[in-house]
Amino acid sequence: MDQLFNRKYIVQGLFIVIALILLGKLFYIQIISDKAFSSAESNVLRKIYKYPARGAILDRNMKVIVQNEPVYDLMVIPNEVKPFDTLALANALEITVEDVRKKLKKARAQSTYQSTFFERQISVQSYARLQEIMYRFPGFRTQDRTIRHYPDSIAGQLFGYVKEVSPDDIEKSEGYYKPGDFIGKSGLERSYEDFLRGEKGVINTLYDAKNIAQGSYANGKYDVNAVSGERLISSLDIRIQRLGEELMKNKVGAIVAIEPATGEILAFVSSPGYDPNQLVGKDWGKNYMNLIANPYRPQLIRPIAGQYSPGSSFKPVDALVALQDGAIDPNTTFFCPGYYMAGNHKVKCEHVDGTINMQRGIARSCNTYFCHVFQNIITKNGMKNQRQTYAHWHEQIAKWGFGQKLGIDMPFEKKGIFYPAEHYDKIYGKRWGYTTVISQAIGQGEITSTPLQMANVMAAIANRGYYLKPHLIKGIGDKNVVKKEYVVKNYVGVDEQHFPLVINGMRDAVNSPWGTAKESQIPNITMCGKTGTVQNPHGKNHSVFIGFAPMDQPKIAIAVIVENGGYGGSYAAPISSFIVEKYLTDSIKPRSNGYTVKAFSETNLLPALIDKTKKVKLTKSDSLSLKKADSLKRVKDSLKIKPAILKQTFSKKPKVSQPIVNHKPVTNK
Amino acid sequence: MQQQGNRFFFNVDWITVLIYIALCAIGFINVYASIYNPDKATGFDFSSSYGKQLIYVITGLILGLSILLFDGRLFNVFAPFIYGATLFLLVVVLFAGRNVGGNQAWIPIGSFRLQPSEFAKFGTALLLARYVSTFNPKFRDFKSIVIAGLIVLAPLLLIMLQPDTGSALVFLAFMFPLYREGLSGYFLLIFLGMIVLFVADFLVPTYVLILILTTIGGLFIYNNRRKQKIIISTVLVTIIAIAYLFVVKIAYEKVLAPHQRSRIELMLGLKADNKGAGYNVIQSQIAIGSGQATGRGFLQGTQTKYGYVPAQSTDFIFSTIGEEWGFMGCSIVIGLYLFLLLRLINLAERQRSTFSRVYGYSVACILFFHVFINIGMTIGIIPVIGIPLPFISYGGSSLWSFTILLFIFLKLDSNRMGFI
Repeated sequence: MDQLFNRKYIVQGLFIVIALILLGKLFYIQIISDKAFSSAESNVLRKIYKYPARGAILDRNMKVIVQNEPVYDLMVIPNEVKPFDTLALANALEITVEDVRKKLKKARAQSTYQSTFFERQISVQSYARLQEIMYRFPGFRTQDRTIRHYPDSIAGQLFGYVKEVSPDDIEKSEGYYKPGDFIGKSGLERSYEDFLRGEKGVINTLYDAKNIAQGSYANGKYDVNAVSGERLISSLDIRIQRLGEELMKNKVGAIVAIEPATGEILAFVSSPGYDPNQLVGKDWGKNYMNLIANPYRPQLIRPIAGQYSPGSSFKPVDALVALQDGAIDPNTTFFCPGYYMAGNHKVKCEHVDGTINMQRGIARSCNTYFCHVFQNIITKNGMKNQRQTYAHWHEQIAKWGFGQKLGIDMPFEKKGIFYPAEHYDKIYGKRWGYTTVISQAIGQGEITSTPLQMANVMAAIANRGYYLKPHLIKGIGDKNVVKKEYVVKNYVGVDEQHFPLVINGMRDAVNSPWGTAKESQIPNITMCGKTGTVQNPHGKNHSVFIGFAPMDQPKIAIAVIVENGGYGGSYAAPISSFIVEKYLTDSIKPRSNGYTVKAFSETNLLPALIDKTKKVKLTKSDSLSLKKADSLKRVKDSLKIKPAILKQTFSKKPKVSQPIVNHKPVTNK
Repeated sequence: MQQQGNRFFFNVDWITVLIYIALCAIGFINVYASIYNPDKATGFDFSSSYGKQLIYVITGLILGLSILLFDGRLFNVFAPFIYGATLFLLVVVLFAGRNVGGNQAWIPIGSFRLQPSEFAKFGTALLLARYVSTFNPKFRDFKSIVIAGLIVLAPLLLIMLQPDTGSALVFLAFMFPLYREGLSGYFLLIFLGMIVLFVADFLVPTYVLILILTTIGGLFIYNNRRKQKIIISTVLVTIIAIAYLFVVKIAYEKVLAPHQRSRIELMLGLKADNKGAGYNVIQSQIAIGSGQATGRGFLQGTQTKYGYVPAQSTDFIFSTIGEEWGFMGCSIVIGLYLFLLLRLINLAERQRSTFSRVYGYSVACILFFHVFINIGMTIGIIPVIGIPLPFISYGGSSLWSFTILLFIFLKLDSNRMGFI
């Protein structure tokens, strides 16, 4: 053969190379990549989801407070739509013909062969009208599902709301949620989403290329029935919740009531409130915008996100820590001339009591007494170790829950402010002492807490030394499962023996003629409590009351804050007394002083509105000096110092304390 | 010698026949699967497509065996007449043919439709073999290249007029037998270069290509700076190549039909189209890919069963194989084809007569083009070109024409000891 014979190998080689290329590509699409496999599944499989009913929520007396209501969605598969009477459909849905076209176009843009929303949550009337003429609209079908209904129309912030999932939710859920699903967005609906939502059902159906159903996939092996969400039992008592919301009408503030023995929250009022039914269904957007636009910020969950200085209601904690610390003993008295001098700042007292002991100091809410107590605590190891004793004191107070989240089963809880020693180091360097932070002695200035934290403090005092994690849901599902963390006692580090004295003082605050809350005495019930009047730089002072009842074996601990309510005794304490009485006796007896629920409910304490449209950009150095000014301002506000004196301290730097020895240790009688 | 000629089946290469039968059987099974409808699963039905395919396979085999009864020398003698007849049919079909799917490719004969372009392949192969064996040109002179080119181009252009670009492209397969007979390898390289430049012209900006071409040309000239002849030819080649880039762009816009342009753009990944022209290719790849290693099993392919791949029993039959038999099945089919092609080349090389050798090469290369283009199209490495998969695709014309093509060569091969 000639040399052309060799060309045979070139031709054959070409055949082999091409065969290998084909096999290589086949190997890739058949074995390496599984994209084609899932595409094939999505070609033939249509999943039709069955929506489960969301779990109901009951109150502690097994009354239904959150339930479901059926609604109907109109779905469409654009490919199956044949020319139809658009006017008839528009009339049935009470929309315009133009809307029908738009919605159809929108649905088609989403998917031509999958069932997509045409109109969500059509009214029952529309549904009834449609059912009769549905046969005229091939490609359309109705799909029923349930939406939330809140029969009492109260506690909007507590329940939160349920809304269609956002693309963000879908991504985060790693495929659990599909467009059109609903998810709890705030409140209990959010924190218990995993229990409430139930399990979606699914039916897998095979479709051919012409989109004609060809029967079930794998004989229904992968089909799932919908499972309803778990029922939750709330710790709430809807009776006092309703009473609380009524009393707080036209006021800004919060009420939190806790059962001390269990940590169960009995009432959780955030005022101004709103009807949770507003955030259900089609009008969600409109109503939500109204809430957001409301200057009194009803969307703020004040019991856990409102941060207030505790004011005088902080004093019992102060006293207990001092007793535990040995900074004072039960017999320690101080002399109150009507003020207390911290360096050259004057802390005013509302009255002149002369020589005063602790029990009376609590009942009368004597600022002087507690400034001395604080001074004793911080300076007990001498003037040079004030920072160290402050740090120790901070640690002890923090055990009560100040400056940290309590971990309630609700989203968006705030910590409140309670600064450690390091914070003051940053601002003042080493030159600070008890006079710098003296306002904390009376719960003012640079300490804030949420109403929940304050109610929790009361629960701890009612329990004489411990609290259980406050929570809103006491049982999950038919078996009433209780979370383990809710039966653990958290001790606050004060021995039981120190409590009677403080509790007696709190009893006197309500039940003695010299008490700050004497107008709030409840017939036949001994309520212990402490008023607070929180300095408010923006307007009238906030009225605060914390308390528990009855004195022995307490059943309820409560914290009430009424913004711009003035003295603690004027609004917060009477409101507390009504709620406590209602809870303990299920009725409210007429009061000798003539206080009625109606009168309180009708009082309007809403503050005048201020224009807050201006905003200033801050540099870092600005913000630091502002922080300092703010810190000083709070001291000033709490101490009611005249501007002239402040100016002087502001320009220098606050003076370090000089030892003060103007108190005379007087023996208690 | 005389005795052997009388014994019809003497010296027939039965291994090739076995592969042929195996491919036909695979074809029938998969045509059945792609037409199978679980809802209408009745008894065997001869009026259905798979029933017809069975008839085509059986008649095809009879046809093939009866070709073995002919005297092999007849094909050499009658080659010009057969070629002339197919050309005549190609002209007839342009006027009297039936238009199916935009192609004027079919002549109806009763209930049966004849596709002349299928038969033009062996007509051309026979005449080309006759020309080469008679004149023994070595394709070094211009004249012989022109004559051979005309033999191939005449049917090619007539088919282009139908217009059936796919079938016409297959005629390029005749380059390989001519190469084997002495045509310069440069023709193949130029052809390859034209394809590469064509593809590159779409993926890379033209000025970049011009830069690359001039750089290569420049380097080549620098390396051969003493040889004037090479410098001149290099400059010429570079200029022609650059001109070609522009011609391609213009021809692409003016000559190709819109559907052909979109197929090319889809294949090059320049545009994505899941619903329109890209639907076939995407669905075919999904079906094949979903078969994975071992396939979903006979009649179990959901894409096949529920009709997601258009033209599945004909041009896209390979997607059924891919889905129901997986990579395993695909490898077996490609393996069988490769074995057949390599064997045909080997058989061609053992011929004493040039006629048989050229014809054998032609058969192998035509089959190769069909297999490569068809499978390549179903897995998206070649634009959609509607030509059948030999022996497997549904359809009588194509099955019979491939059978005739193959069995004529087997007859020639059985006569390899004699001189034709």
